Amino acid sequence: MSDIDFNKVGADFGAAGVAAPAAPTETRETTIIEPVRGWRSFDLKELWRYRELLWVLTERDIKVRYKQTVLGVAWAIIQPLMLMVVFSVFFGRLAKMPADGLPYSIFVFAGLLPWTFFANAVSSSAASLVGSANLVSKVYFPRLIIPLASVGGGLVDLGIATAVLLAMMLGYGLGWSANLFAAPLLIAGVVFIALGVGVWLSALNVAYRDFRYVVPFLIQFWMFATPVVYPASLAPEQWRWLLFLNPMAGFVEGFRSAFLDRPFDWRAIGLSLVAAAAVFVLGVIYFEKVERRFADII
Amino acid sequence: MTAPAIRVEGLWKEYSIGGARRSGQTLREALVEGFRAPLRGIRRAADEETRFWALSDVSFDVQPGEVVGVIGRNGAGKSTLLKVLSRITAPTKGRVEIRGRIASLLEVGAGFHAELTGRENIRLNGAILGMSSGEVARKFDQIVAFSGVEKFIDTPVKRYSSGMYMRLAFAVAAHLEPEILVIDEVLAVGDAEFQRKCLGRIGEIAGNGRTVLFVSHNMSAIRALCPSAMLLESGAVKLKGASAEAIALYVSLSREGAADIVETITPRGPHIARVGLTLSQIDHGGTLVLHCRLFSPQTLRAAIEIEIHDDAGLPVIYASTAPMAGVEFDLAEGETSLTLKVGPLPLARGDYTIHLWLIKPWAEEFHRLSQPVPFSVAHSDPCGVGFDFQQSYGRGCVSVPIAFETRA
Repeated sequence: MSDIDFNKVGADFGAAGVAAPAAPTETRETTIIEPVRGWRSFDLKELWRYRELLWVLTERDIKVRYKQTVLGVAWAIIQPLMLMVVFSVFFGRLAKMPADGLPYSIFVFAGLLPWTFFANAVSSSAASLVGSANLVSKVYFPRLIIPLASVGGGLVDLGIATAVLLAMMLGYGLGWSANLFAAPLLIAGVVFIALGVGVWLSALNVAYRDFRYVVPFLIQFWMFATPVVYPASLAPEQWRWLLFLNPMAGFVEGFRSAFLDRPFDWRAIGLSLVAAAAVFVLGVIYFEKVERRFADII
Repeated sequence: MTAPAIRVEGLWKEYSIGGARRSGQTLREALVEGFRAPLRGIRRAADEETRFWALSDVSFDVQPGEVVGVIGRNGAGKSTLLKVLSRITAPTKGRVEIRGRIASLLEVGAGFHAELTGRENIRLNGAILGMSSGEVARKFDQIVAFSGVEKFIDTPVKRYSSGMYMRLAFAVAAHLEPEILVIDEVLAVGDAEFQRKCLGRIGEIAGNGRTVLFVSHNMSAIRALCPSAMLLESGAVKLKGASAEAIALYVSLSREGAADIVETITPRGPHIARVGLTLSQIDHGGTLVLHCRLFSPQTLRAAIEIEIHDDAGLPVIYASTAPMAGVEFDLAEGETSLTLKVGPLPLARGDYTIHLWLIKPWAEEFHRLSQPVPFSVAHSDPCGVGFDFQQSYGRGCVSVPIAFETRA
């Protein structure tokens, strides 16, 4: 939609006042505004142009998040830790949930890390667009940046929690294995799926105002559909592939394999990756479809 | 001939209002509709919406370096036009071509977050407005100096007074240097001092060869800053030309009458069916012209009585054809048209209402118009010395000439 010939406007600053722009040349950035018909192509070039804004907004989210909590950084660890304690007591000890031969606590903690990231990222991106209503109605930038920026914030928390996990592993006498090298890949996978779901939900929230009540329920339900508190091996062999249609399933199990030195189920991860890609594409398509109406309905 | 900085061709923008389907429909409603729709057939809820055109076939060019004011009454489509130019909302039909880097100022302080410090918010707001972080860093000191909040630059913005907040927000926006700048009434907020500063800054920006599109209700600002102006009315361009011309047309449009008062529940006897004013805005000493449509079942002699009330509802002026002027008129069987001229009215500036009665003088009241007719007095300077006598002063609503002589 835009033919971009960049013309940098050099500005020399006098002590006071505003510098005059460089003499207009024939090559000037031209923007065309037209009614949007049908499916608008995803403009990656434009997104790249606004990458600084994405960074600034992510930074803002992180800063604000920490400025508002009393516990600050500790919150990143407390959330999964407390859940781990509760699950260990009820599932690990009382219900005697199998854990692929690992101590249940660390098994569930490792699963909770990517899950907590996903749940928080999706909740905040779902609410991000509606929460930025005043921005959306006053300033132009590719709206996709808003849900994308909310996902980035959770990565800091994930990083801190991962450090704790590594420490815990040493505490349990579990060594760090070569599998750890795959960890960044799996984290990238989780980010990918979080982005896809987050983008989709954020648009749904704008289109249907009561959707925000659905999101917490959706996330809770999703957690039990994902092998976080139970191992994937719990599912009977011939139905296991169904489990891995849930994109988070493959990545959570994969994350656990990476850290706790379990064999990777690449087929599962592959299946989840395909599902994640599908969700992402559909999410972005839906988002772009709703985007043109954003300022009118937000 | 250089290509225009902004070219707008056949721009139309439609809004639908009233239907739940467009704005904030809930999921529950959508699902219910989904179930009901096959039962109901093709007829859809879209019938319940009303659509209106916020912009109708708008076309104009803005040359590079031109500083254009955009004026119009409320609801004329000015903000919608800016939103389309700023790509915040997409047009329904038409096309816009923009040559050059464009930045829009539709609100001051977009994206400011209360928890962040002034410094952090400058960075944030600058990025949102389209400045690169290098640009923000370079201009940082100037921005802080312009805003006057140096001492508090590292405290969270939630601690700022509203004045400081505005000044900081505007300081960032004021250092935007796009080739094309689009501003919408951001100066409506803030005190007089601040508004002066803002106008000064915009004047500087405009004076440097940049293209500026400036929406405002402030005619003196438009006169001062914009050599040319565009008048919008009901979504269409009424005029684009010299700002003095556009302003004059705007003023005359504002004075035109509001919709007539039409009596919906009419008695069977003689009554006033409809009343309209040619001009609903006059100055001190002006005359009101009322056009009335009267109805009577048989021929009669009648008169009209008028009371003018101030904005507190107190009667200020009384006039009647009879008994006051001693003139009754004939009502024909059926409809009669009547033109009333009331004045000169030595009224203070402010809003008034006219109450009308159709009467048989000293005998009976046939009909009282159920709704009063509003009008306003725009200027009240009886002696032409720049004095503006206003109702709100609380010193009455009528001003008459006063002459004097002294004796030593």
